[in-house]
Amino acid sequence: MRFAPQTDADVSQMLDAIGLTSVDDLFDRIPPGVRLDRDLDVPDGISEMEILRDLRSLAARNRHVDDLVCFAGAGAYDHYVPAVVWALAGRSEFYTSYTPYQPELSQGVLQALFEYQSMICELTGLEVSNASLYDGATALAEAVNLARSTPGRDRVLVSASVDPRYVQTLRTYGRGAGYEPEVFDVVNGRGGRPQVGEDVACVIVQHPNAYGLLEPARDLFDLAHEGGARAIQVFDPLSLGVLAPPGELRADLAVAEGQVLGNHLSFGGPYLGVIAARMDDVRRLPGRIVGETLDVDGRTGYVLTLQAREQHIRRERATSNICTNQTLMAIAATVYLGWLGPRGLEELGRRCAAKAAYAADRLSQIPGVEPLFPGASFFKEFPVVLPRSATEARDVLLERGYLAGVPLPDAEGRALLVAVTERRTREEIDGLASALREALA
Amino acid sequence: MSGDGGGLGGGTSVRPRVGAPVRTQGPPDRAGTLKDLSRPGRAGWSFPALDVPEVRVPAEHARQRPPELPEVAERDLVSHYTRLSQLNYGVDTGVYPLGSCSMKYNPKIAEVVAALPGFQRLHPQQPDRTTQGALELLWRLERALCEITGMARATLQPPAGACGELTGLLIMRGFHSKVGDPRRRIAIPDSAHGTNPASVRLAGYEAVHIPSDARGLVDVSALEKLVDEDVAGLMLTNPNTLGLFEEEIERITEVVHAVGGLVYYDGANLNAILGRCRPGDMGFDIVHINTHKTFATPHGGGGPGAGPVGVTERLVPFLPFPRVERGEASDTYRLETDYPDSIGRMHGFLGNFGVLVRAYAYVFLHGREGLKEVAERSVLNANYLAHRVKEAFPLAYPGRPMHEFVATARTLKEETGVRAMDVAKRVIDLGYHPSTVYFPLIVEEAMMVEPTETETRESLDALAEALLQAHREAHEDSDLLHEAPVTTPIRRLDEARAARHLKLRW
Repeated sequence: MRFAPQTDADVSQMLDAIGLTSVDDLFDRIPPGVRLDRDLDVPDGISEMEILRDLRSLAARNRHVDDLVCFAGAGAYDHYVPAVVWALAGRSEFYTSYTPYQPELSQGVLQALFEYQSMICELTGLEVSNASLYDGATALAEAVNLARSTPGRDRVLVSASVDPRYVQTLRTYGRGAGYEPEVFDVVNGRGGRPQVGEDVACVIVQHPNAYGLLEPARDLFDLAHEGGARAIQVFDPLSLGVLAPPGELRADLAVAEGQVLGNHLSFGGPYLGVIAARMDDVRRLPGRIVGETLDVDGRTGYVLTLQAREQHIRRERATSNICTNQTLMAIAATVYLGWLGPRGLEELGRRCAAKAAYAADRLSQIPGVEPLFPGASFFKEFPVVLPRSATEARDVLLERGYLAGVPLPDAEGRALLVAVTERRTREEIDGLASALREALA
Repeated sequence: MSGDGGGLGGGTSVRPRVGAPVRTQGPPDRAGTLKDLSRPGRAGWSFPALDVPEVRVPAEHARQRPPELPEVAERDLVSHYTRLSQLNYGVDTGVYPLGSCSMKYNPKIAEVVAALPGFQRLHPQQPDRTTQGALELLWRLERALCEITGMARATLQPPAGACGELTGLLIMRGFHSKVGDPRRRIAIPDSAHGTNPASVRLAGYEAVHIPSDARGLVDVSALEKLVDEDVAGLMLTNPNTLGLFEEEIERITEVVHAVGGLVYYDGANLNAILGRCRPGDMGFDIVHINTHKTFATPHGGGGPGAGPVGVTERLVPFLPFPRVERGEASDTYRLETDYPDSIGRMHGFLGNFGVLVRAYAYVFLHGREGLKEVAERSVLNANYLAHRVKEAFPLAYPGRPMHEFVATARTLKEETGVRAMDVAKRVIDLGYHPSTVYFPLIVEEAMMVEPTETETRESLDALAEALLQAHREAHEDSDLLHEAPVTTPIRRLDEARAARHLKLRW
């Protein structure tokens, strides 16, 4: 199947007009030594029906989370995506457009991003948001680059309870930027006492953390500030209907995985990198930022602003190399937050917290199953210790139709991280508990 | 888009329709932001009744005051964002000749397959044995991309081209460090995209700028003088950002390899050479691909993209993890993370998988002949359009353009005071999305035009007529251009004011 519309007659007439005799002439500047003198070793083209058959057959070889009851989290969550979200974000005037370089033809995307920025500020209690980054892990790497822009402050302290994939991403970005993230210990899965010297750029805490536990974030951020460092919080946007926002906890920078805001699981992407900051840092922020202004007739409109921070203007002195971001995911998040409103967000948070608490209670009643950190408060995710390998138990439960959680290396590989979203019913949670009880019997 | 008639060589006159192709009318009560529609107590959400006991968040962690999100009904949401979408121009609206961005038609079937629950509803933390179809898709796509680019292996993880650049540069760093030869500099041509120097900095290198010669190509003698054993590599787009093929590419890669450097292919313009030649055969060691430019994955108004990176055999150890590996004996696939020389992880999970599904659909729909045709027709369209407008907007450099061309409005500016941006804005009033302007930076009054292969001859003729009309009007009534656009819902915006009086939220 092809999408180029020219007929043979078009091609010959167009070649004539240009003054060429064959299509090969168009490529005559390619030196003979590098021309490909054979066909590509790619199969022959196929029809739409055939590609659909091929991809359906590949898709059928996956067990997805409508087929399995999903208790897996660890950075991506099976929250409900209301029908309205992609009915709107999926409108082709949005999804087939480019980065809004011509604002007169791009007011839709620009205004939606302005609304996204506004809602992220409301949500986080911080003063400014950009128009999106790639995902949570890379958003953290960008926040660290921002924090390290203060001269003399190069070191990066990160709690041992931050998602290990985020720390791995920092390690990769640090190879170029010239730092190695230093992991500080936690006590019973949370807290810790980072030593914040005058060479420390930032202290990174995830709250709720990678175990799902609530952190003494205020205290940790106070420690960061006493040492003159920036406090960076990795947060869960959907916790903020019930949990105090990063701004109130005195975080200077807040980053998040925005997948939970109306975006599909999609095997890990496309997701949404959220970053919010204080106004003092606005000129150091990475990526696109939309601002409100007036047109020549005095009407309110929107443009990409503070572009002097960006690669296409500032080149090697840019705050980041970001060009393409995740605009469409940010538009989905905007519609989703509009659907929730303040009450919906709170109701959602209450449901996640209540269902997770109920699940933790039910699982702990199984002989041999215990909380990994007894007495610790959590939001929608918690770790339990099983009497056998968590990977083995997870695999047994797959046969019973449950994606029971994500195995952790803790407790000699017997810890399982269980996430419970608003989608899970009491019946499903009870079902998981009985299946696990039988698997362990 | 509707054919407005037209013919070759200006024989038949074409009347482009007048007026911006975005919504301009609407009831005034629907203007404003979503917040303006908010009324206390109105709501869109619904959840099942809570079926487990209520719990309380510990007081010290609880939110005291709810966030001031808008309170609107679902119906409000729908009319608000439908209205916003109608203020926006996409490829589905019409020709989108934004040079360097390759805004071609995005096949609808790609949206259908990406939404299959077996892909869209897959959790990234599922065990490999429940995701064999997804892993096989990634494997097959990787093989196809390697064949298309002439590379040995590829990572599909980078979520955008710029992240691909950083990945490639970190691979260079890993390679040189491994042999105890850390180098400090990366060479880039003066016509490069801004992401190149920005990525160079992020990778901890300094940029060395290579001048272009009178033909708009890399000045090879300058390159020879500027690269030495402190240069880790060269980043190059080919065809370059002027739309011209680097005719001395073999010599260029030789020069860099001679000092022990690596050569990086910025895949921004790979769509021009599909099936005709391959970066690997030109001597490139690392290649990134922008899936939206080459394989028509929709750009989403600014993302998501995907920036797969391919490398030659000797650089495979440095690729990011996790990687998809195929079982030797059995037809099974697994994600591996244990590679001692790997640069690490570039994304929280596997990258923009949903975008990669669309790229897979595009590659295999087209197949070997279809991909070659993509390159042929995109180059044909660009050359035809360049030919149609050359009297008004001559090429900035004399060579034969490939999939895009860079023209200049320098003469027009000298004669009338009308600038490239004014032409762009007038083109909006004539019903089209304009080209890229003022890039590449080395061309005065640059107009970078990329019609792509999916435009008909009729739409190219109509666009050409619009450009020629704007050129005529510049001489006859230049206010039409200086004041344009006048038919859009919002006219030229005060960008200086936006930056001076920052209003970044409601």
